[in-house]
Amino acid sequence: MSVSVQEADFDTGAEIAALSAGRDDVGAVATFVGLVRADKLAGSGDSVQAMTLEHYPGMTEKALAAIEAEAGQRWTLLGTRIIHRYGRLLPGQQIVFVGVASPHRGDAFAACEFIMDYLKTRAPFWKKEDTPQGGQWVDAREADDAAAGRWAQG
Amino acid sequence: MSIKVLYFASLRETLGYSHETLTLPADISSVGALRSHLASRGGVWEALGEGRNVRAAVNQDMVGPEAPVADRDEVAFFPPVTGG
Repeated sequence: MSVSVQEADFDTGAEIAALSAGRDDVGAVATFVGLVRADKLAGSGDSVQAMTLEHYPGMTEKALAAIEAEAGQRWTLLGTRIIHRYGRLLPGQQIVFVGVASPHRGDAFAACEFIMDYLKTRAPFWKKEDTPQGGQWVDAREADDAAAGRWAQG
Repeated sequence: MSIKVLYFASLRETLGYSHETLTLPADISSVGALRSHLASRGGVWEALGEGRNVRAAVNQDMVGPEAPVADRDEVAFFPPVTGG
């Protein structure tokens, strides 16, 4: 179980290997990697040139740890790893890593998706896109709220 | 009652402040009341007004407008998050 909020890039292969290193009870590791996408800007032929991620130091780590703990209560997990970057990132660069180790794939897939859905709506990060017309804050998407909402316990 | 208030992202840019320390009147004891109090400064502070899409945290936990605010709390206001 661990959370990192950092400017530095991360080594996906090393992170995946670490989730099962030295143990023989892990049957499944599911991962998600989020990347900066060079979206086309509406009304011009231009694309996003870079992205700057701001966060709330302290709260970010606390929110991610709470999401990780909640996943651990819902599914049988043997390890989880969340890395989220901040600062200026270019298209194609990695933003976020979520890795989940479990005895079986069902729990690993579900927990990985749950962590990403909750992270999208609860972790205090904000994206600003660099465009030829200047910086533009990214609007929150209702689809992200809906994705997080489907995990609500009825 | 003295509290610290933080602002992030587009809200920080609109207001021109990242943080401030406030001494609050005794009748302001919830996040919603604090928000209205700040919005009543007028001008750019109307970005915190009713109907604006603003989220809040107290001591680094996301909360609703009914959440209490106590002496020495850290309260933050920010737009809906867009990480991941």
